[in-house]
Amino acid sequence: MSTTSSTIVNLPDQRTATIPKKNYINAEDGLLSWLLTGDHKRIAMLYLISITFFFFIGGIFAGLIRLELLTPQPDLVASDTYNKLFSMHGIIMVFLFLVPSVPATVGNFLMPIMIGAKDLAFPKINLLSWYLYVVGGIMTLAALVLGGVDTGWTFTTPLSTHYVNTHVVTAGLAIFVAGFSSIFTGLNFIVTIHRMRAPGMTWFRMPLFVWSNYAASIMMVLGTPVLAITLVLVVLERTIHIGVFDPSLGGDPLLFQHLFWFYSHPAVYIMILPGMGVISEIISTFSRKRVFGYTAVAFSSVAIAVFGFFVWEHHMFIMGVSNYSALVFSLLTMLVAVPSAIKVFNWSFTLQKGSITFETPMLYAFAFIGLFTIGGLTGVFLAALGMDIHLTETYFIVAHFHYVMVGGMLMAFLGGVHFWWPKMTGRMYPESISKLSAVTSFIGFNLTFMPQFILGYLGMPRRYHAYPAEYQVLNVLSTAGATVLGIGFLMPLIYLTWSLKYGAIAGNNPWQATGLEWQIQSPPLTENFIETPVIDYEAYDYEWLAKKTEQEVTTVG
Amino acid sequence: MDNTIVATHDIHAEEHHHAALPQHRHHFETAEQQREAGTFGMWLFLLTEIMFFGGLFFAYLLYRNWYNPAFVAGSNQLSIPLGTANTAILITSGFFMALGVWAAEVRKRGLLVIFLLLTNLFGLIFLGIKGVEYTEKFEKHHVPGASFDISEFVNPPLNPKTHKPIEEPLSPDMAQKTQVFFSLYFAMTGMHALHMVIGIVLLTWLTVRAYRGDFSSGYVAPIENFGLYWHFVDIVWIFLFPLLYLINRHPGT
Repeated sequence: MSTTSSTIVNLPDQRTATIPKKNYINAEDGLLSWLLTGDHKRIAMLYLISITFFFFIGGIFAGLIRLELLTPQPDLVASDTYNKLFSMHGIIMVFLFLVPSVPATVGNFLMPIMIGAKDLAFPKINLLSWYLYVVGGIMTLAALVLGGVDTGWTFTTPLSTHYVNTHVVTAGLAIFVAGFSSIFTGLNFIVTIHRMRAPGMTWFRMPLFVWSNYAASIMMVLGTPVLAITLVLVVLERTIHIGVFDPSLGGDPLLFQHLFWFYSHPAVYIMILPGMGVISEIISTFSRKRVFGYTAVAFSSVAIAVFGFFVWEHHMFIMGVSNYSALVFSLLTMLVAVPSAIKVFNWSFTLQKGSITFETPMLYAFAFIGLFTIGGLTGVFLAALGMDIHLTETYFIVAHFHYVMVGGMLMAFLGGVHFWWPKMTGRMYPESISKLSAVTSFIGFNLTFMPQFILGYLGMPRRYHAYPAEYQVLNVLSTAGATVLGIGFLMPLIYLTWSLKYGAIAGNNPWQATGLEWQIQSPPLTENFIETPVIDYEAYDYEWLAKKTEQEVTTVG
Repeated sequence: MDNTIVATHDIHAEEHHHAALPQHRHHFETAEQQREAGTFGMWLFLLTEIMFFGGLFFAYLLYRNWYNPAFVAGSNQLSIPLGTANTAILITSGFFMALGVWAAEVRKRGLLVIFLLLTNLFGLIFLGIKGVEYTEKFEKHHVPGASFDISEFVNPPLNPKTHKPIEEPLSPDMAQKTQVFFSLYFAMTGMHALHMVIGIVLLTWLTVRAYRGDFSSGYVAPIENFGLYWHFVDIVWIFLFPLLYLINRHPGT
C-alpha cells in the first residue's frame, strides 16, 4: 500500500473511481420520495439539512449576544431582548442542534451500515422522529416569531410559571415534541444494535462509534421522558395553575430543578458521547492502528452513561440542597472524569507509534481532544464544592460548557461530517480549504472562550447584557474570537455544498479504513449491502484490510 | 470495482427465503427477527413511559411526605367504591386484551374482534366513571386554580349523629396544601386517562384491521405489542389506585 505521502487519498482506484450508477440518492426521484422515505440514509440527510439550518439560527443569536457584549453599556439591545437572545440561543443549540447532531445525522446514516444491517429496525419511526423534530423546530420558531422566551434554556420555575409573560408554553411544548424525536431515535438505535447485527458482528467487534451511540441512546430513552413530564407540569402550571412547583401553593421550585437536571445533565452526555465515538473512528483510521484498549473505551461509554445519571445535583449546589447530598454529588461528579479520562488517554496511546496523517477530520479530532480535556478538567474544578460556589453563574461556567459542547461536540460533529462526507455523497470535500477552516475554528474558538474563563474567575456573571468597564478588554477579545469562529463554521457550509457537484469523486474507501461502511460503494445502495456481510475479523483490524486489498489486486491483475 | 465484502459467503441458495408474510419488511432477515425487534422496541418504549410517570410518582411521594395531613384529607375526598369499580373494570379490560392476543395467535378472527371490542368497551366505561369523579371535583371546587375552595378542609362537615366533625380540621395553611394533592391527582390520573384515550383510538383502528382479517394469518405483532401497552396502562392504574385512594385513610377515626 502506498501510504508514504502526507495524505492517503492517492490510492490507485481513487483516480479511476466513478459515482456508482445506482445509489440511495438517485434510487428514487422527486421531493416526495425524500419526504416519505424509510431509508435511514435519506433521513440522515434530511436531519443534516434541518439541524444545519437551526445551527445557523442559533449561531445568529450567539453573534448578537457577542455584539451586545462588545461594549460595557447596554447599547445594542434592550435588557429583555438580550434575555430572549440567550434563551433562544440555548434552546435552539441544545435541543435542536446538539442533542440530535451526531446521532441523528452521521449516526443515522452509518450505524446500520457499521453493524451490517440493511436499515434501522423501525424505518417509519425513524421518519416520524424527523417529522417530530421538524414540528418541534417550527414550534420553537413560532415562539421566536411571536416574541420569544426569556427564561433561559432551563425554563426555571417559578420564573417560567409565574413571572415572565413570554411564550413559555409554545417553547415548552416544542421541546416536549422534539424530545420524542430523540426518544424514538434512541429506541431505534438500541433495538437495531441488539437485534440487527450481521452474522459474526459480536458486541466486541462493533466499532466504538456504535458503542458510544448505544450508550447515548440508553440515556435518551431513560432521561428524555423525565424532561417531557417536567415540561408538561410547567405547561399545566402556566395554563391551568396546578400547584406542583409553585411555592405559593406549597409546591417546591427545587423539585423542578431536580426533575429538569435529571434529564439535562445526562443530556450533556447524550451530546458528547456520540462525538467521542466519532473521534475513536477518526483517530484509529488516521493512525492506521486499532484503538488502544478497545474494551476499556467501549465500557467507558457505558460507564459515562451510568454515572451520568447520578450527578445531576451538581447544577444545584447553591440552590439550598443539603450539604451532605452536595458532598455525595460532588464526589460522584468527579468520578465521571474517570471514564472520560480513560478515553482521552486511550486516544493518545492510539496515536503513539501510529502512522499519523493530518487530514481534516484528524485536525478536528485533535481539536476535540485538546478542547474537551480543558472543558472536562474545568468541570472537575466546578465539581469541587467551594470552587463551585465561587464560579457558578459566572462566565467560567459558560466557558466550561462551551469547551465541552462546541470545542468537544461541534468539533466532533464537523470531524465526522468531513470524515464520512465521501461516503454520504460520493465526493471528496476540498482538502486544503477544509484544513484552513478547521484551524480557523480552533483559533476562533479559543479566542472566544479562553477569555471567558478569566472573566468568570474575575466574577463577571452570566446572563447580563451590561458589565463593569474593566471587563471590556477580555470581552472584546471574546467577540473578536466569535467572529473568527463564525467564519470557521461558515466555510464548511460553503465548500461542502460546492463539493456536492464539483468535489473529486471519492471511491469506496478513500481513507483505506477498515469499517464495514468503507467496504461498500459510496454513496451506498438503498439496501446498503448486496449480500449480508459476515464478519470474521475484529474492528480496526488493519492487517485484515491489507490482506484483503492485496487479494483484490491479484484477482484483478 | 465493487469491493463488496465477503465473496466467500454462500447464501445465494437461501436468498429470498422471506416473503412468508406480506407484512414482512425487507430489511429484516427473518420474520422472527422482525417480531423480536418489534416486541423489544415496545418494551423499550414502555421503559420510557415508566420514566415519564416516574417523575409524577416522585413528586407525589415527596409532597405526600411533606404535607401528609393535607394528603390524607385530600385522599378522603376520593370515592373508594368508584375507584374499586374502576380497578375491576380496567383489569377486566386487560383480561379481554389478553384473550384477544390469544385469539390472534390461534387465528380466530371473529373471537379476536369480539375481544377487542370488549377491551375497548371496558376502557370506555373506565373513562366514563373517571368523568363522573372529575365532575364531582368540579362541583366541590376541588380543581386546582383560582376557584379552589379549602373550606371543607378547614371546617369539615359535622357528623349528624355525634355532632363532631367527620374529619380532623386542618389549619388554613395546611388546607391550602390539599391543592398540591389535587394538582397531582389531576396530573396523574389525567396523564393516565390520556394514555387510555390514545389506547382506545389505536384499539379502534386495530379492531377495524382485525375485522378485515389482517391478523388472521399469523401476523400478530401489532396485537401483541398493543397488548403490552394496554397492560402497562393497567399497571400504572394499579399503582395510582392505592397511592391516591387507599393508603392511610382516616387516621385516628
